[in-house]
Amino acid sequence: MTGSSQRSTECKISFNVNGHATSLQIHAMERLLDVLRHELGLTGTKEGCGEGECGSCSVLMDGLLVNSCLIPALQANGASIVTIEGLTADSSAKGLQQAFLKCGAAQCGICTPGMILAAFHLLSKKPQPSVDEIREGLAGNLCRCTGYMQIVEAVAEVARSGAAR
Amino acid sequence: MRAQPAEYELVAPGSLPAVLALLAAAPGRWLPIAGGTDVMVQYSAGKLPARKLVSIWNLPELRRIENLADEIQIGAGCTYTDLRECEVINREFGLLSAAAGWTGGIANQNRGTIGGNIVNGSPAADSLPALLVYEAELLLVSVKGERRVHYSSFHTDYRKTQLAPDELIRAICVKKRFSEYYAHARKVGARNAQAISKICLAALGRIAKGVVEDIRLAMGSVATVPLRLSATESVLKGKRIDRALLRLARAAAAAEVRPIDDIRSTARYRAGVTGNLVAEFLERLSAGGTKSE
Repeated sequence: MTGSSQRSTECKISFNVNGHATSLQIHAMERLLDVLRHELGLTGTKEGCGEGECGSCSVLMDGLLVNSCLIPALQANGASIVTIEGLTADSSAKGLQQAFLKCGAAQCGICTPGMILAAFHLLSKKPQPSVDEIREGLAGNLCRCTGYMQIVEAVAEVARSGAAR
Repeated sequence: MRAQPAEYELVAPGSLPAVLALLAAAPGRWLPIAGGTDVMVQYSAGKLPARKLVSIWNLPELRRIENLADEIQIGAGCTYTDLRECEVINREFGLLSAAAGWTGGIANQNRGTIGGNIVNGSPAADSLPALLVYEAELLLVSVKGERRVHYSSFHTDYRKTQLAPDELIRAICVKKRFSEYYAHARKVGARNAQAISKICLAALGRIAKGVVEDIRLAMGSVATVPLRLSATESVLKGKRIDRALLRLARAAAAAEVRPIDDIRSTARYRAGVTGNLVAEFLERLSAGGTKSE
């Protein structure tokens, strides 16, 4: 370390979070997960494993499902992020919420925001997924309570009611 | 011990020439990071030796799939989702789309890149045996220009590669000459998504009147690098598929691999399953696999 070329590791990040234009001065390697929870107070996004295995920290980035624990803040610059809080006004997310309640698909709740986002992402790409496609779409989201049956059933229920409409 | 973000520098020059200039100015000082599905895991655990990182995520020059007359060139920055959604890959390189579908869950497929998977060099990576049987070539780029190397010699040892410190993989090239082959991919793991393979096979074969005209076998998690089973292929080529050949194939494949005991499995199990997977492929090939799936 010479010290002479020492540069600040901070940078300005501008992105859109749940429809709001947001600018922050933060460390470039801050995890998006921590930025959402600690800088923006969006604690609906959970930390489970912190290594991209469990899906608790799922968010949508430019419409794609990602694990926010694996995204350095700088890579979110210019992106559009949707967290579970951003889905409150969305009617199809409302349908998922109701189906999760009806089917008993939420127990302790830690996986639920990620599950809803993964299901929302799946249904946005495939409005009427088969059970196998639901299982594949949710395979990156771990749940230690339900045994998954109720969660798959809840998503299938939304797909069915969407088909009936 | 969790990493402290203040101790790491990350820059995003935004274009391939700018990234290459940075690498050339201080070779070996900058660690490229694409989708972060490997680098960020190490980082979060406080185990990332590099302190200076350069983002190559979503560089337009690395995110294209070019469909040329005799080959396709897959940009190294293409994600597994990009591969799964590419029509020509689904049609002509089914082993690659199958492996892309096994690699992590949807969120990691949206971020993990084929180039990152190659450079990370895990012998357990699901897509690498497919590149071996398709005899892929890599376009490596630096400020000095571009060179084309055979993928088969790219991994020199456990997590070591031919990539120079100032180079990036620009694209992965695969020739369009396997559409008449029967293709078969098989992963053995605790579960399909989010589970690293205990063992995986990518295989291509062509038979005429029950005789093996050509066969290509490659496996993951059976050696320090993804392994092409060339000796086993030689044993099988030109032979009629019958019970005796299946026995021979099992023995040759089990003898050719160099598996280890680790948290996911044992060397003995892996050698045994290697033989079973090769025999299973031959049975399917014999049962009418004259064309790619």
